[in-house]
Amino acid sequence: MTNSFTMPDFALASPEIFLLTMACVVLIADLFINDDNRVLTYVLAQLSLLGTLIVTLAVAPAEATYTFSGTYVSDPMGTILKSVIYLVIAMVFLYSRGYLKDRDIFKGEYYVLGLFGVLGMMIMVSAHNFLTIYLGLELLSLSVYAMVAFHKDSLQASEAAMKYFILGAIASGMLLYGMSMFYGATGTLDITELATAIEGKDSNDIVLIFGLVFVVVGLAFKLGAVPFHMWIPDVYHGAPTSVTMYISSAPKIAGFALFMRLLVEGMGDLHAGWQDMLVILAVLSLAVGNIIALAQTNLKRMLAYSTISHVGFILLGILAGTNAGYSASMFYIITYAVTAMAGFALIIILSRRDSEADNLSDLKGLSRRSPWIAFMMLLLMFSMTGVPPTVGFYAKLLVLQAIINVDMVWLAGVAVGFSVIGAFYYLRVIKLMFFDDVENDSPLKVPAEMNIAFSMNSLAVLFVGLFPGALIAMCAAVFV
Amino acid sequence: MIALSDYLIVSAILFSLSVAGIFINRKNIIILLMSVELMLLAVNMNFIAFSYYLNDTAGQVFVFFILTVAAAEAAIGLAILIVLFRKRHSINVDDISEMKG
Repeated sequence: MTNSFTMPDFALASPEIFLLTMACVVLIADLFINDDNRVLTYVLAQLSLLGTLIVTLAVAPAEATYTFSGTYVSDPMGTILKSVIYLVIAMVFLYSRGYLKDRDIFKGEYYVLGLFGVLGMMIMVSAHNFLTIYLGLELLSLSVYAMVAFHKDSLQASEAAMKYFILGAIASGMLLYGMSMFYGATGTLDITELATAIEGKDSNDIVLIFGLVFVVVGLAFKLGAVPFHMWIPDVYHGAPTSVTMYISSAPKIAGFALFMRLLVEGMGDLHAGWQDMLVILAVLSLAVGNIIALAQTNLKRMLAYSTISHVGFILLGILAGTNAGYSASMFYIITYAVTAMAGFALIIILSRRDSEADNLSDLKGLSRRSPWIAFMMLLLMFSMTGVPPTVGFYAKLLVLQAIINVDMVWLAGVAVGFSVIGAFYYLRVIKLMFFDDVENDSPLKVPAEMNIAFSMNSLAVLFVGLFPGALIAMCAAVFV
Repeated sequence: MIALSDYLIVSAILFSLSVAGIFINRKNIIILLMSVELMLLAVNMNFIAFSYYLNDTAGQVFVFFILTVAAAEAAIGLAILIVLFRKRHSINVDDISEMKG
């Protein structure tokens, strides 16, 4: 450690700095905007995201560059993940507007907290030190706890927030305890130095393995892998749908980045150790997620369990431990975030001011109420099942390929088996929409902007499925 | 001179107590919040002990950040608790069971 102080390269972190400034501007500006003009806050939030995207792309370096004494990294993986996060959150804001208005919770807080959450995700993606990882994670978590609770009149929302808060805090505690063990064993908090220190040690070092268990548990909690998934169904169910959509999409991408930074970059030499743990988590997630989802009658809960099973797939790619596996997981998480978001958007489209259309029975006969929307939902369900030509097929294919290439054919078999079970509940949604009798066959009124956004979103799922080359190449180019 | 392992054992005991407090406690949500704080304090103890024995200040800096974040976390936790109490008029853990499945 040197005593000389060198000025960090602020330009690399300018996306974060820009968004932080903008989030504060939105926070202050919102005070002076009355309820009739609340849409200004929304526009400001969208412009902030757009600006951050432009800044991110403008300053993106071609290869990994470190600054702030190595606590911050800017690399191609980060640039892609961040850009997707902005895009997804911008769509989430777009979908939520009408929903929030209908429930009289169209308030500036939603956007301010949402932007701070994005800032937390950006820091998670770019963190290269235990300290920055922890701070990014907490910034995201604290914003999201508040967002879940922010529909104050809803009993379910406050209950979900409490459960989320307690389990999220346990996860942070576990992660920190693991980090403290690594700090004790290696004497460093920096990811690069950590990797070097671990290289020089016996990979069966008891302190390292002990710390690793806690780190993996903490990460699994955050991503929602079985057996640390108990918060997911309740939080997805209880939170306002606009917030569920937020939680289910972009934070998963940031969670993937966390796995990459901590396990792959920092603890790559303990691969044998964490591979076994991830195998257990992945198999359990696939099994529990797909099987329990069969029994759900609530669409939000069903999608929650479906998330858990998709997390299993993402873990499969990571545990393969090859570049092909990492890029397959990255492709999977990006496409999944976009698909999941659209799934929740459908609930928002069907919901009315006085009723939350989150039961499977609300989908009955949707094809007669609005054939186009039903067809779009069909694409999404096909993608989640993994039916070609939708993008979900390629996502699953790449992960399975990566797993088979490292001679874990049995694991690929398990994954395919549970996906087939999972197909049942996705196809049941399609059956409800197209073949069941309608209780109320009044045509569905969809605001134009929702219709366009939802259609674009679902057609993107189809389009990337037809022409997956560009996105696959982008994900592959990151890991070479 | 107190050995490093003694500190680690104390912090491990504190950590276990906090986990037990969260999972065994069926009475009161405030006790859950206290357990969460205890968990972070156990981690802090680990960091400080390691930091002293490694002669490296980074661990102590980390502790300051954990303390700060813990304060923010407690604020959010209590705020959620108040929202919950207004709707439910109870802070009993068993009463938080609206959603199941």
